[in-house]
Amino acid sequence: MTITVKFFASLREQIGQSEIEIDSAETVAQAWAKACNNAPLPSHILMAINQEYVDKNAAVKNGDEIAFFPPVTGG
Amino acid sequence: MDKVSSLNQAKVLIVGLGGLGSPVAMYLAAAGVGHLVLVDFDRVDLSNLQRQIVHDTAQIGQYKTLSAQNKLQALNPNIQISILNQALDEVVLEQQLDKINVVVDASDNFATRFAINAACVRTKTPLVSGAALRWGGQVAVFLPAQKNSPCYHCLYDNNEEQQETCSQQGIIAPLVGIIGSIQAVEVIKILLGVGKSLVGKLLIFDAYTGNWRKLQLHKDPACPVCS
Repeated sequence: MTITVKFFASLREQIGQSEIEIDSAETVAQAWAKACNNAPLPSHILMAINQEYVDKNAAVKNGDEIAFFPPVTGG
Repeated sequence: MDKVSSLNQAKVLIVGLGGLGSPVAMYLAAAGVGHLVLVDFDRVDLSNLQRQIVHDTAQIGQYKTLSAQNKLQALNPNIQISILNQALDEVVLEQQLDKINVVVDASDNFATRFAINAACVRTKTPLVSGAALRWGGQVAVFLPAQKNSPCYHCLYDNNEEQQETCSQQGIIAPLVGIIGSIQAVEVIKILLGVGKSLVGKLLIFDAYTGNWRKLQLHKDPACPVCS
């Protein structure tokens, strides 16, 4: 099983990588924990599975692409 | 009431005459949108001018609304421009939404964004929302009159402690031009009822890598604002 976890914008800078592959996860929150060495999931970030907006409890399956985006409010 | 028979009959309210509001206002004025309502409480500062291109050095210290009005009226003397020099809360905003076809959110903080969203949901006014910071930008369109349209609150909840501004965190200046121009395109599409709107989508641009993403959004059945 392979799940691709992607980080965008400032999250990419914090994690230090744009993409990490993990072998399994049941939920988006678990995928974050696995990819980020159990760092706490920030409460305000946006999450997507295969480009569809989801919440942290959404179920993950083999081959999924999970993406994390920081919130943006500037203008 | 969103669609109009021609742009000169349209009335569009723009919240924020900063980096995003500058290109939105200039393109909508130049396109001939008949009535623009400009809302901002801030004054022009030299540090704004690298990205807030509706203003110029002669306007430093002036209200952004007045500065923008001067520039836009020179660009198109045939349109009407109203200004409001105050911070918005839901009450003030709702009073302003009478006969507004589309609201453009070009503000720079979550409190204003949530107030705009709530007022648009209550009055069923289309909302074109843009945001940008550092290398990243986002655009979303919400059409509260459509049953399945999500709202801004379905995307971000109210407990946002994070408040990052362009002046604190920096921004690659042309990014606000890109995001604001897309907002202007979406406004024109809604007004004329043409094309396929970005409703229900979040368009994300990462200028650092040049990557675009388009996320499918869903109405949150537990949303306290729209459900």
